[in-house]
Amino acid sequence: MFRRIRFSSLRNRRPVRPLLALALLALGWALAGQDVPRYPSPVDLAVSPDGQRLYVVCEGTDELLAVDTAAQSIAGRVKVGRVPQGIALSPGGQRIYVTNSWSDTVTEIDAASLGVLRTLPAGFEPHGIAAGNGSLFVANRIGSDVSAIDLSTAQDARHLPAGRGASYVAASPGGQRVYVTHIYPNPGPFRSQPESEITEIDTEHQVVVSRTRLHNAAGIFHVAISRDGRLGLAAQLRPKNLIPLAHVAHGWAFGDSLAVFGEDIGDAVQLPLDELDRYFSLPFGVAIAPDKSKAYLSASGSNEVAILDLPRLVEAARSPGRAALANDLSASAAYVLARIPVGRNPKGIALSPDGGKLYVANRLDDTVSVLDTAKGRIAATIPLGGAATLTAERRGERLFYSSRYAFQGQFGCANCHLDATIDGLSWDLEPDGFGVDIVDNRSLEQVGDTAPYKWNGSNPDLQTECGPRTERFFFRSQGFAGADLEDLVSFIKSIPLRPNRFRQPDGELTPAQERGKAIFERTTRKDGTEISELLQCFVCHAGKDYTNQQLAEVGTFKETDRSPKVDVPQLINVGNTAPYLHDGSARTLEEIWTVFNPKDQHGVTNDLSKDELNDLIEYLRTL
Amino acid sequence: MRHKVLAALCLASGLLAQNMPRFRWENFTTAQGLPDDRVYSVCVDGDRVWAGTDNGLAVYERGKWKVFTPADGLAHRAVLYVTLDKRTHDVWMATMGGLSRYSAGRFDTFTQLNSGLANDVVYGVSVLDDFVWVATAAGGSRLNTRTGQWSLYNERNTPMYEIWTYSVTAAEDKVYYAVWGGGVLEYDVKTDHWKDYNDPDGETELVLFKDQGLIHEITTSVSYVNKILWVATYFGASRYDGRNWHNFLQKDSGLPSDFLNQVKSTDGTRAWFSTDKGLAYFDGENWATYRPALDTRAPEMLVRDSQGKVTRVAVDTAPAHHYTFGVDFQGDDVWVATAKGLSHGIRIQGETK
Repeated sequence: MFRRIRFSSLRNRRPVRPLLALALLALGWALAGQDVPRYPSPVDLAVSPDGQRLYVVCEGTDELLAVDTAAQSIAGRVKVGRVPQGIALSPGGQRIYVTNSWSDTVTEIDAASLGVLRTLPAGFEPHGIAAGNGSLFVANRIGSDVSAIDLSTAQDARHLPAGRGASYVAASPGGQRVYVTHIYPNPGPFRSQPESEITEIDTEHQVVVSRTRLHNAAGIFHVAISRDGRLGLAAQLRPKNLIPLAHVAHGWAFGDSLAVFGEDIGDAVQLPLDELDRYFSLPFGVAIAPDKSKAYLSASGSNEVAILDLPRLVEAARSPGRAALANDLSASAAYVLARIPVGRNPKGIALSPDGGKLYVANRLDDTVSVLDTAKGRIAATIPLGGAATLTAERRGERLFYSSRYAFQGQFGCANCHLDATIDGLSWDLEPDGFGVDIVDNRSLEQVGDTAPYKWNGSNPDLQTECGPRTERFFFRSQGFAGADLEDLVSFIKSIPLRPNRFRQPDGELTPAQERGKAIFERTTRKDGTEISELLQCFVCHAGKDYTNQQLAEVGTFKETDRSPKVDVPQLINVGNTAPYLHDGSARTLEEIWTVFNPKDQHGVTNDLSKDELNDLIEYLRTL
Repeated sequence: MRHKVLAALCLASGLLAQNMPRFRWENFTTAQGLPDDRVYSVCVDGDRVWAGTDNGLAVYERGKWKVFTPADGLAHRAVLYVTLDKRTHDVWMATMGGLSRYSAGRFDTFTQLNSGLANDVVYGVSVLDDFVWVATAAGGSRLNTRTGQWSLYNERNTPMYEIWTYSVTAAEDKVYYAVWGGGVLEYDVKTDHWKDYNDPDGETELVLFKDQGLIHEITTSVSYVNKILWVATYFGASRYDGRNWHNFLQKDSGLPSDFLNQVKSTDGTRAWFSTDKGLAYFDGENWATYRPALDTRAPEMLVRDSQGKVTRVAVDTAPAHHYTFGVDFQGDDVWVATAKGLSHGIRIQGETK
């Protein structure tokens, strides 16, 4: 269409002009492509069985890098799918498997030649991966399940239900069991304590055999299993979202902790990693020394790696008072030996086979730190290349993932917006009063053009949303201002929109989605009477982001709310962002209308049959 | 000569009686740990036995019953049907308050309010690959477990003129619904096409055309194995091989009653019938009935051969009650849900099932 218009407008001019225009256009595109720097952004890594190769998953450049560990230089590159996240090696290390979270695939790579052998299907947004019993087990974040991919048939043979936002996987020695964590809490009653789990899968029979319950935990990240298979560790958050976020001074915002489980422990125990006045924010990667003497964790918000004395940790986990230790920040002194500064936003970590070196993927520095575990210090930092200059978006991204601005470094933006998404929780923020205006955490995808911000619409722009307000009401310390604030806003506006999994590949709507679209856009009830403009779905949920950027009263007012009017939220990828409504009281899209719309104030839906409501939801999930 | 023929026939009947499966029955009630004596459904998963009762779900494992109630996350205390996802070993339950999945200690519940499920009164559930097929009081529902998408099937998009679906079975390439008052509905997985089967005479009380179609519109259960469809109704049973129907009534078969709560076939030929007057087994020619005698309550096993001769087999035990709701199999053993407890039929070896 673009070309047709251009040519028609130039039709009667001299022929050189269209050619010149095309040339300039092509040049513009080329330059535009060059203008967008790409950063490797390493997120996960694995070491070959002989220790000679370090494989680094780079989500920013859609690559797997093979690093020569002796030369500490890049020895090879493999192009994989979009936004790769997880890595696993076959038992002998001959094959490398990388999950491609935006392609919903796994790339199988020959370790010797670094050639791509196959692209295997996975579920919705695959992240963590492990191999066991001839299959790959892949945690699908949007699917909240685990794909069992049969390596002999290359089929995604079955999906096993895991926790919501299933993301990270570790295999037991020999691969008989895999353990899966998830980043969003499992659905539960409104304003109840978050519940999470570690899902244990029998890889031979491909069934879930247990779910280790993690009470009061939400945001469970990497998991590791000891070489003898008797001890498991998972990095996790303990959000205090039921308490007004006014007690940062008391440490009542987030607890950064470790789930300890397995035969060595008995029932799972949660132990803190924070110190009384120094937090170990957003623990992410975890590794266990082969001899079980030490454990290592990365703190993606604090930019550190912690070295833990494992026998002392186990001793604490077995102690009679272990249940009370979860919130006792003095406990960590017993088992945290050291905290070593590394690069920005450290994510995945991996030990060399002998345990002598720990490799740390510094996502926002595009480097790998090499920790000499015997000496307890950084021995080297391996650059992974990428753009030399930092864009405003990249600088802002560093701010977004840093916890250094909050009081005692307790948390950062990314604590609630996990991987720049949501946390599945509703919070009680202090500025409006204790117990007042409980708010659901909203997605940041494509949020740039959806002002105003906050559920009450009181912030006219992202600068206001993220500036002094953050300093005063969240961080209780330093906030974002000046150039930092502009950088942060630039990043937030640049957060990429994940592919929608509910649209067909060709973009066409299914018959059910078409029917749902007609309901979304209808102006009359089924009986022919007109629906007032403010009750027509597409009037409020208008435009490219499906918000008219106004306040609306939709009948969801509660005594704890100060105003009956709420900001009309954007609906981009709305199928992924449960819970719903301004306070998160609707656990599913269905409940918005089956439970919370008795008087047809949130659109007219009470004349719809169940079939039609299902159609409407099918359409909404495509937005 | 006549005596010799009679003796031979008697001997044959006796041998037949001995060849029909015999069981030693162990019965479980609240005294042994069940949450209720009224057991609507039983489902075997290896060494574990699941029982859906009027007052919760129970699982029998390593000699002990463990009970689950709505406090554990179960959708409703009245569990009408229990089935297994054979691939994942998750257990699905049809309840009077929605659909529940039990997966390694975790319940997930789907209701008409929090999901796309058509109705909270759920009578049956069956799993085929990634799809969970549900029979509800407001038609059929299907959950795609990979995408979370719900599809509803009712009078709007199928030939279902009644929407009270009572049972569903999904196997191989077909899905069958028993529609209470509406016959049987067939869904062809490959062609995405629906087809209905109805009583050709249209008579609710009479059977005018016995083998020309489904025996009755009030269907309660369907079973599909090896491309053979079995249908239970409150007025007899039907078997359909894709071309021909064969119907079974109490008066001309070994069925102890025409009132059937469930039919479950093991291989297409052999089938088990849960009736209001005992548990019946059909091996393709001969019949056996297991129950406490209707009058004396004494253990009873009756065998009816293809000629209609009935032989009483001496037995010491019987299922807990003659009112039976359903069966499932554990090797050669059979488990029976009855109105007065759950019964474990331990196969007396020497015969084949």
